[in-house]
Formats: sequence, C-alpha cells, structure tokens
Amino acid sequence: MGETIDLKLHVWRQSGPNAPGRFEDYTHYAKAIPTHASFLEFLDIVNERLILAGIEPIAFDHDCREGICGMCGVVINGRPHGPRKATTTCQLHMRHFRNGEEIWVEPWRAKAFPIVKDLIVDRSAFDRIIQAGGYITARVGSAPDANAILIPKQVAEEAMDAAACIGCGACVAACPNGSASLFVAAKLGHFNSLPQGKPELDRRVLGMVTQHEKEGFGGCSNHYLCEAACPKEISVKWIAKMNRDFIRASLRYAPPVERKEGYG
Amino acid sequence: MDLKSNTPTGPIEKRWQNHKFQLQLVNPANRRKYKIIVVGTGLAGASAGATLADLGYNVLSFCYQDSPRRAHSIAAQGGINAAKNYQGDGDSVFRLFYETIKGGDFRARESNVYRLAEISVDIIDQCVALGVPFAREYGGLLANRSFGGTQVSRTFYARGQTGQQLLLAAYSALSRMIAAGKVQMRPRCEMIDLIVVDGRARGIVTRDLVTGKLEAHLGDAVILATGGYGNVFYLSTNAKGCNASAIWRAHRRGAGFANPCFTQIHPTSIPQAGEYQSKLTLMSESLRNDGRIWVPRKPEDCTKDPRSIPERDRYYYLEEKYPKFGNLMPRDIASRQAKFVCDQGLGVGPEIDGVRRGVYLDFTDAIKRDGVEVIREKYGNLFDMYERITGENPYEVPMRIYPATHYTMGGLWVDYNLMSNISGLFVAGEANFSDHGANRLGASALMQGLADGFFILPYTVADYLARNGPSKGVDENHPAVRSAIKEAEARINQFIEVGQKGTHTVDYFHRKLGMILWNECGMTRNEKGLRKALEEIPKLHEEFRAKVKIVGGGETLNRELEKALRVDDFFELGVLMCLDALERDESCGCHFREEHQTKPDPNVPGSYGGECVRDDERFAHVAVWEWKGEGKFARHVEPLNFEYVKLEQRKY
Repeated sequence: MGETIDLKLHVWRQSGPNAPGRFEDYTHYAKAIPTHASFLEFLDIVNERLILAGIEPIAFDHDCREGICGMCGVVINGRPHGPRKATTTCQLHMRHFRNGEEIWVEPWRAKAFPIVKDLIVDRSAFDRIIQAGGYITARVGSAPDANAILIPKQVAEEAMDAAACIGCGACVAACPNGSASLFVAAKLGHFNSLPQGKPELDRRVLGMVTQHEKEGFGGCSNHYLCEAACPKEISVKWIAKMNRDFIRASLRYAPPVERKEGYG
Repeated sequence: MDLKSNTPTGPIEKRWQNHKFQLQLVNPANRRKYKIIVVGTGLAGASAGATLADLGYNVLSFCYQDSPRRAHSIAAQGGINAAKNYQGDGDSVFRLFYETIKGGDFRARESNVYRLAEISVDIIDQCVALGVPFAREYGGLLANRSFGGTQVSRTFYARGQTGQQLLLAAYSALSRMIAAGKVQMRPRCEMIDLIVVDGRARGIVTRDLVTGKLEAHLGDAVILATGGYGNVFYLSTNAKGCNASAIWRAHRRGAGFANPCFTQIHPTSIPQAGEYQSKLTLMSESLRNDGRIWVPRKPEDCTKDPRSIPERDRYYYLEEKYPKFGNLMPRDIASRQAKFVCDQGLGVGPEIDGVRRGVYLDFTDAIKRDGVEVIREKYGNLFDMYERITGENPYEVPMRIYPATHYTMGGLWVDYNLMSNISGLFVAGEANFSDHGANRLGASALMQGLADGFFILPYTVADYLARNGPSKGVDENHPAVRSAIKEAEARINQFIEVGQKGTHTVDYFHRKLGMILWNECGMTRNEKGLRKALEEIPKLHEEFRAKVKIVGGGETLNRELEKALRVDDFFELGVLMCLDALERDESCGCHFREEHQTKPDPNVPGSYGGECVRDDERFAHVAVWEWKGEGKFARHVEPLNFEYVKLEQRKY
C-alpha cells in the first residue's frame, strides 16, 4: 500500500448556521493515512472510521475531485485549499504532510458565506452576483457565424485566463476584508475583454459590483492574498481593470429608455 | 411497451427541417401558462432551461450541487466537434454523421445522428455569441484540432477546459433567466421519484439535501438531464455525486431503459494508486496526439525505471497492431488493448488485485521533435495535474495511464423528439441513449448535450405542450402525488432505521458492487462471468439493505443517507446492465463479449485478432428494458434501419 503517516487532526464541527461551533480532536481517527491519498480521501478515511464508531461524519462539499467544479474547499492550517500553490483541496495530496504533523481544518470564513454544516458554507451569493450581469445576452437562433467575429489570439487567451475561475470562494476566505473582488473581476475580465461582451459592459460592471456589496462582501484594499490562494492563479490585475471600468460606467451609463412605439 | 421512434422519413438532410415544420408551436402569450421541470444543470439541462425560459415558459430547475455551475459537464477537457469545415480538410455534416454512426458500431439511429451532426455547426455559433473563449489562431479565426482518431480537424477547444467554458456559458444563460424571474432554481435538491398520472409525467418528488424535506413539484412536462450512471462502478471519472437515481426512478415508473450495458471505458485515466481511492482522474485523450503508448516487452522490466529500458525492449502495441491509426485508435479498442497487455503481465505501476494496471504514455519523442515549450503550451495544465496527483514529473518520466469508466451510452429510451415512452417525460444529454450507439467518439458528448438543450427540446417540448395543453386536475392532494411522497418517506425511514444498527458503510458496499461490475461487465464480458454477477449482485444488495451503517437522521444534511439511496438504485441498475450484456450475444463497440471476437489470420500480416464481431442479423437493434417489479425486467426491441450507412466491420 505504500507509505503511510499519522496526523494530529482537528476539525471544525458545527451542526447548523446558528449552532455554536468547535474544534474536535480526531487524531485517533487520523492514523496510517496513505501518502498517495488526496486530502479529501484522507477525510473519507477519517469519516469511514467515525461512522463505524457511531459518530456523525464530517460534512464537507466536494464533487468532481479533479480541481475544476469548484465545489470543494476548506481552510487547512489557516490557508484556503492548504499549503500548495495552484491546487484545490481535492488535488492536494497527503505526501505534502509530514508524519505527526498537526492539521487544523476549518470552513471558509466570511460574512457573506454563512455556514451550512461543519465545513460546508453557503456560496449562493456568487450565483446572485452572476445573475446581476455575469452573462452575454445571446438568444438561441440569432448568433452569427462563429468566424464572423475575429478575435486576436492574445485577446482570446487573456479572456481565457480570467474565465478559468472555478468559483470556489478561496479568494474570499483568504481576504482579511472578506472581499470577493477577485471572483467578480475575473468574470468581468472574461466577458469585457471579448468583442461580444462590449455592448453590455457598463451595465454588467455596475450590476455585479453593486450586488457584490449588497451581499456583504468587503472591499478590496490590495492585500493580494486572494491571488496567492487562488487555485487557478487568477491575477489581481483584473481587479484594477474592474475598478477602472466601474468608474467609467458610473459616469457614462444611463439605463436605456423604453421607447413606446405603436405597431401602426 | 410502445416504442414508436417517430423518426421522420425522406432524404436524411431534410428530415429535421421537415420535422420541425410538422411540430406545433405555442402562442407566445400562452407560453407563460406552462411550467416545465428540468432536473440537472449540466450542458443539456442548463441550455434547455435557459432556452425554454427565454421563449417565455416558466422553468423550475434542480441540481444536487450547491450551484448549477458545478454540474459535471464542467470536467470535460478535450473539446467539442462541429462539422464547420473551417480547416478546409474535407469535413462535412455527412462525414461527421457517418463517423459517429460507424464509431458507435452501427447501434444508433441514423436520423438522430444526422441531426446531431447538422446542429453541431449552430452550437459553435451560439457558444461564441455567449462568450466562450475558444482557442484562436493569430489571425483571429477559430482554431481546431484533430481529436480521438479523426482524420479531419473539427474539434473546437478552450485549452484543456472546454467543458468548463461551455458549462459556464450555459450557466450564464441560465443565470440571466433566473434574474428575469423565468427560472426558479433549486440547488442542493435531489429528485427522489417521478410522478406519473394517467400515463403522463406530471411532476417529481425531491429531497432538500440541507433540511431533508420531501416535496412534490408539479409541472406540464418533465425534462431529465441528469447525466450518466458511470458511478455504478464506484471508481469512475464521474464526479462523486453523479448518480442514476433520477433515470432509475423514472424507469421504475415505466420509462424504458435502453442499452444499459453500453458503458464507455476511456483509455487515458491516471491509474488507481490504492484501495482508499475515491475516483479516477482523466487525462484528456488529446495527449494521444503526441504521446506514444507502450509497455515493456519483458515482464521482468515492468518494475524498472522506464527510461532505462532500451527501445528494442519496448512494446508500442497500438502502433504495431494498427499502423494506420497507431496511438489514435478509438477509445474502446485502445482501452481493451491496454487491458490485454496488462492481463498478460506487462503492466506497470502499483499492483491492484494482483495485476499491474498501467501502461506508459511517453512524450520523450514529442519533446525531442517539438521542444519542451511546444509540449508545455499544448498540454501544460494536464502535465501539471498529473504531477499533482502522482507526484511524478511527466516531462521527465513517462506518464502511466489505464482505462477508466467514463461515459454511458445507454440511458432512458427516447423517440426522435427526445421523449421517453412516458408521455411528457423528456430525457436529454448523457441520460438518454440516443446518439452514440455502442461507443461514443471523443468530443461528441458536449455536442450532444448542447444540441439537445439549445436546439431540439425547445421545439419538441413546445409540440408536446401544444398538443396536450396545460396539465389539469393534479395538485398536491392528488392520490398519485401523496403516495409518491409516502413511498419516498418509507424508503428513507427504512434506511435510517437499519442504519442505526448497521455494520458496514455505504462505500464498503459500493466498492464491492463496483468490483463485481468492473470484473464481469467492464471492458470485456463473457457468459459465465455475467451469470456469476447476476447471482452475486442481488445477494450483496440484500446484505446492503440489512447491514448498511448510517449515522444521523433524515431531517438534516446527511451525506451517508444520500449515498445510500443512490447506491440502492445502482444495485438494481447493475443487475440490468449484466442482464443486457448477457442477452446481447454479440460484440459491438464497448460491449466486448469474449465469445465473439476475430481470430488472428495467419495469411494477413499484422492480423492479431481480438476485434469485435457483430451479429447484425440478430442484434442490429436497440434493447429496451421494461421494469416488471423488484429485480424483474422484460426486454423489448427497437429495430435499427440503415439507409445511408453501409454496415461494415470497423477496420483500422
């Protein structure tokens, strides 16, 4: 089975959003962990042992387990997604921990991400931010030929850099202000870089930034911890671009006036 | 069982156009009177929900994840096919159609597949309009690559994250409709049962995964876009939450299940490292464009550093056996050949169950030829992913790969309108059986999901509504609704009760079920093994129901309970898969019955045998299974007629 390690494990347990939470010591259940296991498989192993001991297993979010769905994510020893650069929790492997190492596992902590249970938080605020403008209006049936719009390679690549965001929320968990600026700026950067995204640019940036504030996320004060925590290495330069676009949109945007026209 | 395929006739290139004209429309002012239930928010579900809402219908959408943006379409890496012929290399709608039918080993409907190829070009237009940042050339035109054994470059891609970008586009379209108030979204909510009244689908029963509350939702039509059932094998490339319960519960309510034994094994996954392993991670098969697949010729070399093995002792088995296509052989053949060499004792990597399950995918030559930077540009993110998971650097040491369950071609039976045999129950994407026959070609799952959701369901669901009118006379107090909720309650309580005293976890049983299916109903199958599995699975299922351990109750977030309900359905599905594999007494595509394979021909140089032998006389049909009560099924048949494609043996 290869090499195994024993860990000193502390996990945040909280039965519901309003219940008091606490760290539980699960060192007893965290022995002989294969180093090839992923961090989530480590939690699986601990859970399997907890269940057989009649203890409710640790609730945590996860799905694809290949670093792309954005559903998993816990704070490990104070760092969102743990110690490895550009790595989601599901792709972090136990070979990066030492035998006997102490591990503290907590949920994302932010005002706009209320705890659902144990390590699970409610990130629906992200969905509402997208609903406030994170799209390009394109009705099925009216799209022109895909090659009708030429997009320079460099522009497409930049848009893709921003579009790589998986919406996990690590940026928020890392930020001392609990800001989701990097998340919002990434989505804006993706659409606003592309010619198809230009017509709705002003409305999009105003809508999304306003919703971001409404949800209770903090503002950006240039700590850049978000970029360091981001498993997809989204650059903070998008935040600067967002701020510029926001100011410009605030000055020039006027909502379209509904013109009433008769049908003859 | 009524299996009218409603396939149009006439010239194949006119069929969809003519059919669309025959379909009835719903007056724009009347659309708001209808409510459509959509389960699942992957490519098919999100695009269907967004498009129907944009047309004016009310949509009620469900997903089990915390957000519709997480559906597993997101994990598709390689790309999406379209017959645009942007490269001018001889592609056409007919060629894509022909290759898809042939790749599926002639077990899909011609009309459906032609429509898929025809719509493929519109999908790319629509996705670019929605802002998908597809790869571009320096001049600004869209870039294409050849993918998974095709000789034309028709695959559009966004780095190795095509599925992510397409899903986020569909999700953004859905979000726009949520904001417009036309889609009501229910995340963390799982379908537990289908409500059928007088032969029509009228709604679903769901369980709120946070509060445990059971609810009935009623509507005028139900669309299931709930993905495939690959997790029946426990280890697969699917997300952990992917499950068959929605389609299985619909099957138990009368929907026919088509070709359940058609499950695709993808050739390039990272091999299993140990027993605790929870899932397998796919490496995009675009890697096969530049990587060379080999194993050592001598078993004693299998534990050596691969770099120390000289060229003459390396067995490039795909290149040797299939010089024309080499490492780009279709998925089913590439997978089986990997299994064969490993079963011969030539596999590499850790031993699992006494067999080294791994082969090398080697980029040394490609790096020598193109330079490390070119390879990094093409595959950098995949190489990084490989290193994160295995701790080995693929720029220096050859990757190890092994086949893994990836996609299920089987699914609920649907007619040309994507409607099941239950009136008003539509099934889209991987959840249906419709387009891929016995084997799916690379980069065509994304194509099918979006074709169904953006371009087919909006027409066919409208036709159904126009013909049948709003559903009347069914409310929460209807006996069928109340009994469906009662049954769900009883089933959950049963698990909670047993679970208190249980002795083994859900995963323990799921792993065991998966092992039986992987061994007996996986890459190769034979009568003896299938009969053995058909004895073992029901026994294990009984044990599961009596001994599964679940801590905690039903009225809260309880992941073990969720899993137990899903695995309970996987057990029944596993039986049906084996039954279907047993009854289909031929080999075709992914379904390799050892009894039906070619023998090596001593007169033909390079003839190794071991290929599928189809039996078109007896099996050129879709097998559709009807639920007949606990563990009993009846087999029905929809014959397949080929007018445009000549049935031939796939030769490579």
